[in-house]
Amino acid sequence: MVSIRSIPSTPSSLTYHDLPWVIEHREDRCTLCGKCTSICPKEAIQLTYRRQRMPQLEVLKKKRGSTYRTFLGIRQKTNLNNRCIGCGMCSMVCPNEAIAPVPNSNDERARFHSHQNGDAAKRGGRRNVRESLLDRIVFNRISMLTDPALDAGRHEFSVNTLLGRVLSPEEYLKRQMAGEWIPPTREIFPFVIGSMSFGALSPNMWLGLLQGVAYLNEVLGIPVVMCTGEGGCPPWVLRSPFLKYIVLQIASGYFGWDEIIRAIPEMLCDPAAIEIKYGQGAKPGDGGLLMWFKVSKLIARLRGVPEGVDLPSPPVHQTLYSIEESVMKMIQSLSMAWNFKVPVYPKISGSTSAKSVLNNLVRNPYASALMIDGVDGGTGAAYNVSMEATGHPIASNLRECYLDLVAQGKQNEIPLFAAGGVGKNGNVTQNGMALIMLGASGVHIGKYVMQAAAGCLGSEKNRCNVCNIGICPKGITSQNPKLYRRLDPDQVAQRVVDLFQGIQVEMKKIMAPLGRSQSLPIGMSDAIAIDDKAAADRLQIKYVC
Amino acid sequence: MCRLAMKTALEAFSPYSVLTAMEAMQEGYDGSGLGLLLRGLTFTDFNYQPDSPILSGIAHSEEALHRMDAYMQENGFTLKYDHEFEVNPDLIEAKDRFKYFLRVYNHPKNWKDFSTEQVENELMLSRLALRKNGEDHGGDLTVFSFWPDVAIMKEVGWPLDVGNTLGLNDNRITSRICMAQGRQNTNYGINLYACHPFFLQGVATMTNGENTAFIPIKEWLSGSNFPGYMGYQSDSEVFAHILHYVTKQLKLPLEAYKHVLTPLKTEEFAKHPQGEFLRGLRDSCRRLIIDGPNAVMGTLPDETTLLVMDAKKLRPATIGGNPGEWALASEMCGVDAMIPERDKTLDYQPMRENTVIIPPDRKEYKIWSQFDPFPLHQAA
Repeated sequence: MVSIRSIPSTPSSLTYHDLPWVIEHREDRCTLCGKCTSICPKEAIQLTYRRQRMPQLEVLKKKRGSTYRTFLGIRQKTNLNNRCIGCGMCSMVCPNEAIAPVPNSNDERARFHSHQNGDAAKRGGRRNVRESLLDRIVFNRISMLTDPALDAGRHEFSVNTLLGRVLSPEEYLKRQMAGEWIPPTREIFPFVIGSMSFGALSPNMWLGLLQGVAYLNEVLGIPVVMCTGEGGCPPWVLRSPFLKYIVLQIASGYFGWDEIIRAIPEMLCDPAAIEIKYGQGAKPGDGGLLMWFKVSKLIARLRGVPEGVDLPSPPVHQTLYSIEESVMKMIQSLSMAWNFKVPVYPKISGSTSAKSVLNNLVRNPYASALMIDGVDGGTGAAYNVSMEATGHPIASNLRECYLDLVAQGKQNEIPLFAAGGVGKNGNVTQNGMALIMLGASGVHIGKYVMQAAAGCLGSEKNRCNVCNIGICPKGITSQNPKLYRRLDPDQVAQRVVDLFQGIQVEMKKIMAPLGRSQSLPIGMSDAIAIDDKAAADRLQIKYVC
Repeated sequence: MCRLAMKTALEAFSPYSVLTAMEAMQEGYDGSGLGLLLRGLTFTDFNYQPDSPILSGIAHSEEALHRMDAYMQENGFTLKYDHEFEVNPDLIEAKDRFKYFLRVYNHPKNWKDFSTEQVENELMLSRLALRKNGEDHGGDLTVFSFWPDVAIMKEVGWPLDVGNTLGLNDNRITSRICMAQGRQNTNYGINLYACHPFFLQGVATMTNGENTAFIPIKEWLSGSNFPGYMGYQSDSEVFAHILHYVTKQLKLPLEAYKHVLTPLKTEEFAKHPQGEFLRGLRDSCRRLIIDGPNAVMGTLPDETTLLVMDAKKLRPATIGGNPGEWALASEMCGVDAMIPERDKTLDYQPMRENTVIIPPDRKEYKIWSQFDPFPLHQAA
């Protein structure tokens, strides 16, 4: 037996079978071009010289022996910093289909070693749970004999929604007569590109999104809006006519708001809305986080901070003594900044306390909407434990809030927006329309947009999910020009247009069989059902089996 | 599919003539019900004064009738006239119809200082109390309306059979307006309360086609806490309540009804003289946008009559007639049956933006378009 010291074993020593992803390499196909090793964002693989014994048996000479051949092979690194993340870029660049990461079907022991250097594990992406309750909701109130279904291809459909506080009819008429202030509203497409900051996203990604959104609005007449997330907005966008498609987010770090406030006198138009972030579904009760890897010169300038430092936002706003005070101060101040012509609404994380926030907003005449982000929401960076274990699923949270408004007869006055896992398994329109029929006026999609418009490789099998450290292999969430130049903004814009056109067609395909075309079927709960009795009871929809 | 027939004339006529129009349109029935609403009433057996409220409904048992009498007495209503139908019960399926009642009452004495609004409110609450009374006793009392100059009859069965059951061909009741609807909305089960026309505080509508936006509309109306916004055994009941809400709660002109049911599109508002106001109205009343295919016929307390279509116009209805008498029906043959002798060049099927309004003088009908200026100048 060899001595202990001669075995390279430490508590965190792992073999490649302990890692979440194992590289399968076929030497017979490999041409040793080296592309895989150079593209790997984690430097998880390396070309190494290897030796292979070639047994020899010379029968006539009655001799046994071996020769050795030396060859170049691929070796997977087993230290945690270089663990394979399964992004598959190696397969993408391999000219000969010689290499691919495969999920480890064995015990994946690496997870026990994810806390390193005095800190807990952080990552990007969303909760690693593949199941989606929204996927199980079916639209089953099909107009059949008495009133035939509509023709999705030929009828006119009104699919837009309203963002902004809507007065009760009585109050509206009273204020019209008296010439008083009517709260601003925006007619928007109900699928909103959710808050992803300039900082979390690369400049090319952001530009591609904005180009796509501008094309959708100005050429195709689909009024899609996008939210900046915390971190401000590029100065040229603030002074451009495209600002009207942008929801500016203010969050507890107030990053980027110097630039925004200074730009107000020079703005050519008002922004679509202002979102005040109090919480986020992926990391409820925790502030935003932009890790130092991504604080480039440009980002530092935009946010008014030094380069290369972590930018954690506090969990609460500085003004937040209570939600009442915060709502009063922040919503009113921001409304006033744009002369009460821009809707201002809070975004909160899904929570059992969502209803109390909502009831507060109902009584605040300046609150324009409520956005609730559920536990399956994505993020650019968060502690793993926040993402996996903290939060509230969106479906029941939204439904509860909506039914609360219904009981008060206020469901048309404060629009509810929902997010968190919409399109998690690709069923974006189905998920979104299910939430709309549960009572949402619209939904926010972020992760899905990254996946569909830019080819984000992240998944709920913990694939990739390294948005936090700026090594995004597709250049979506990196501030490194070498990486983000991989992403062509024009191609992203094209995909944004494709995906929203596709959503619009699918919306019609869902609405037409239900006999709906005149207005978005918000709260049309008689049209949906689920194959889970407990969920059906909780959501107050039909159970089917 | 539902069939609608309505006639409005300066001279009172028998409801049976409208039932013959229903017979002409019989293709498409399933015999699941008939509803009749008469307005501008004349009784041959009684000199009716149009300010006295008429209670219409069905007592399904003697006990229910006694309870109803007791309620009316306790609340100070005095009976002036009890119309005895000459009933032939063999023609219909239902066997639990103890008495179809149509009774004229005097207001309680303590109402004499009440404002019109108070009287209207009390009448509605009395009807709702009687309805609840019936519901609390296994549904043995069905009350359709309690309102001056309005009588409503509803029954399950073929329209002409129902008319014969109630002996409506005897001319003892005539009216200046008769609304008739055949076939219930069977989406939500057969129920006497699910029969059109629907009525609330003088406002009545009947509809064909299904309103698929029913649940969100119902939830919104129910949430307004107005006691009359209840029932909803049929998705079409919301049409009557929306008309009530627009004209009586919001006190908007009749033309607003169409703007609430099927508002113009945003780009159309941009060209409309009061586009900004109407767009705001659309947004405020967004939960009341219908999603038909529907033709909606309605009448108001002053005997104004209206006809509107949904925006997709999949259920066209026709108006035709002569000055002084007009017929509206979901099928052309229904109009022919009600007023065969007429100038057919005046027949009209409203388009998606139209409201056809026949004012009480009934000289001619007005075709109003949503693209026309809105007649509420202060607001706009």
